[in-house]
Amino acid sequence: MNESHQIAMSVPGIGEAGRTGDWRHEYPVITAEACLPVKSGRDSCQICWAHCPDNCITRGAPPIIDLYYCKGCGICVEVCPTHAIVMHPEADRTGEGS
Amino acid sequence: MTVTVLTGNDAAATAAKLARVQVVAAYPITPQSPVVEALSEWVSSGELAAEFVNVESEHSALTVCITASTVGARVFTATSANGLAYMTEQVWWAAGARLPIVMCIANRAMAAPWNVLNDQQDSMSVRDAGWVQLYCRDNQEILDTTLQAWRIAERLNVPVMVCYDGFLLSHTMMPVDVPTAEQADAFLPPRTDPLQVVDPADPRNIGPVTLADPRKDAGGVVRPGYMELRHLHHRALLEALDVIPEVDAEYGATVGRTWGGLTWEYRLEDAEVALVAAGSLTTQLTLAVDALREDGVKAGVLGIRCYRPFPVAAVRERLGGTRLAVVFDKALSYGVEGPIASDVKAALQPLGAGAPAVFGTISGLGGRDVSPDDLAAAVRRAVADLDAGVTDREPDWINLNLEAEGGTR
Amino acid sequence: MTKLLDLPESKHVLPGNRACAGCGIGIGLRQIIAALDGKAVMAVPASCLTVFGGMYPTSSVAVPWVNVAFPSTAAAAAGLAAGLRATGRSEEMTVLAMAGDGGTGDIGIQALSGAAERNDDFIYLCYDNEAYMNTGTQRSGLTPHGARTTTTWAGKRENPKDLPRIMEAHGIPYVASTSAVYPTDVYDKVAKARDMHGLRYIHMNTPCPSGWNFEPKDTVRIGELAVECGLVVLYEVVEGAFRLTGRSAALARRNKALTPVAEYVATQGRFRSMDEETTAEVQAWVDGRWAGYVARHAAGD
Repeated sequence: MNESHQIAMSVPGIGEAGRTGDWRHEYPVITAEACLPVKSGRDSCQICWAHCPDNCITRGAPPIIDLYYCKGCGICVEVCPTHAIVMHPEADRTGEGS
Repeated sequence: MTVTVLTGNDAAATAAKLARVQVVAAYPITPQSPVVEALSEWVSSGELAAEFVNVESEHSALTVCITASTVGARVFTATSANGLAYMTEQVWWAAGARLPIVMCIANRAMAAPWNVLNDQQDSMSVRDAGWVQLYCRDNQEILDTTLQAWRIAERLNVPVMVCYDGFLLSHTMMPVDVPTAEQADAFLPPRTDPLQVVDPADPRNIGPVTLADPRKDAGGVVRPGYMELRHLHHRALLEALDVIPEVDAEYGATVGRTWGGLTWEYRLEDAEVALVAAGSLTTQLTLAVDALREDGVKAGVLGIRCYRPFPVAAVRERLGGTRLAVVFDKALSYGVEGPIASDVKAALQPLGAGAPAVFGTISGLGGRDVSPDDLAAAVRRAVADLDAGVTDREPDWINLNLEAEGGTR
Repeated sequence: MTKLLDLPESKHVLPGNRACAGCGIGIGLRQIIAALDGKAVMAVPASCLTVFGGMYPTSSVAVPWVNVAFPSTAAAAAGLAAGLRATGRSEEMTVLAMAGDGGTGDIGIQALSGAAERNDDFIYLCYDNEAYMNTGTQRSGLTPHGARTTTTWAGKRENPKDLPRIMEAHGIPYVASTSAVYPTDVYDKVAKARDMHGLRYIHMNTPCPSGWNFEPKDTVRIGELAVECGLVVLYEVVEGAFRLTGRSAALARRNKALTPVAEYVATQGRFRSMDEETTAEVQAWVDGRWAGYVARHAAGD
């Protein structure tokens, strides 16, 4: 193929918009004791996983939120049936993605 | 080798059939409709194994071609005038997307007001978009050039527009030698290696938003910005200046006919006055030249086959020795002059004092008849002006009825 | 009906993309692509989704994706389908057109109608955020009556176009209405469409915190409230046979009054200037429509 014949054709990659975790001013924390799959000991709920617009939550007991990319929208907090997720101010956070 | 009598439209459709196009988008507009009608008949009968999509507008016709070409199919459509205007957004898209689409234009006047007859305003209006534009002088050239178009397009990854005069060629019967399927297949093998990748195992996003500047990809490699991609596109059009004559020569080797590559001449070698045009008018210009020569005017024809890219070097070389170039446009850039006249002037300007004078004319708008006598008379007027010391003048409108223009209602 | 727990992992929608926080598109898109298992080629016109897809040279959705001109989506999909057929690759992937409400119901409706009349073989999914959101919230033909946009400052005077009904009138094999905030409903409808041929149209209501003026955390709640009020109705029409699905079917079974529209109106800034008269007009319009849907569902037509 002639190298001078180029088109704009993108390749998939995580973080196209950069570290979108920087967008938020508060971040979600799952309280394991209140999380249904943790309490029941079996694969259940995962409602937060299914409703995250950014695919930042991995299934699990409890599910794991990717704070590098989580935009802090708070949908997971609202949909959790046991209110096991709470938003905390970003300024209070240390550790991964901070 | 089969010599038959074909209209220009049938010649274009026959080329598409010989090219074994895989997807045809069809929408009617006078005077192009018989092209897609012929292809429809051949698809129905099985003579052409193609997907035939009866779209609901010309914008969709070129859209279907764009995405079918994106997944690797060889495609074709045809249009004229307002249809071309309606799909103009996609004309730009096809070129920027570097898709080897071939489209025939049966040249027709633009509305308003309505006029279904011939002039070249429609295709001239999109000359900047980055397609190759080739103009045909007769129905044989329509067939041969359209068949050549896919080879040019696929080699350059640039779409090609093959233009021919509506009614004058589209509907007129002429003897045409039709290459055999074997000759066509030898000249034009199936399409390979599209630039575009459409594969779930290697998912790419084609034609996304670009930014002003180059940007690094996930691997840290700097990828082009919009301006770089446009520069590469322009370079491909310049590459066409070599590819078009090469393909013409390859066609000659396989089928036995060539068409001059970028330009062709008639009695131009010792000419003092060059007559310049694109399309079927050039045939009449050769008759005008013969008449002028009998009167002692050393005239010759420079036929523009490839209008985009503009064959600057060829024009400079062929016209450099003349004292006057008379350009015959069937279109206008309103408020200035005819497009070919402007391009010829620009090409000759670096010759400085040695450059011939360039006088433009406007003829044939909306199908206004123009005869070899009219053309010869226009040349004589131009020569007279030059001899009187005129160095620059407004375009000469041939066969304009000034009384009708000034009449009261 | 797929249970939420049984929804597959969606590996194709990548984090760190350009969507607004709380964007409804992302919730729906995960299920759409999961239902196709990534074996699709998408035709995407100018819209929020274009930006979601990422700026060159990196994309945020790992599915073959062709960006197309604004009016052209359905014709682009028709071209993909024709090209894949012509090159013997139809079995490799589903063709999925995905456009916004403006790109579908306004500028794109000519191409969509043509594709439907030809019964071209692809899935067309309209994500309806009820305005031209990518350009800053100008009104579209699908903006609700009373909604404020940057081109309807006093609130839109007209009711939205009923696109699913328009598509039904074209006689295509599958028409569905869903909502991005019901992942299993979206998944099931796309999976059903995947296994059919011809033009399959899915209309997906998509709450937009930026354009509708509410907190991003409320996207799902507001999407669900729209269904409770009957402003959004979950249904499908399979070869002409109508049925309500999911929560809308449950509401019909319940046979009680829907939640008043006024409750929905109170949740979003775009309805701030909506007066009682307009709200009553919308309520009457919703009630009339809902009665029709309930009757069709009961008739099992």
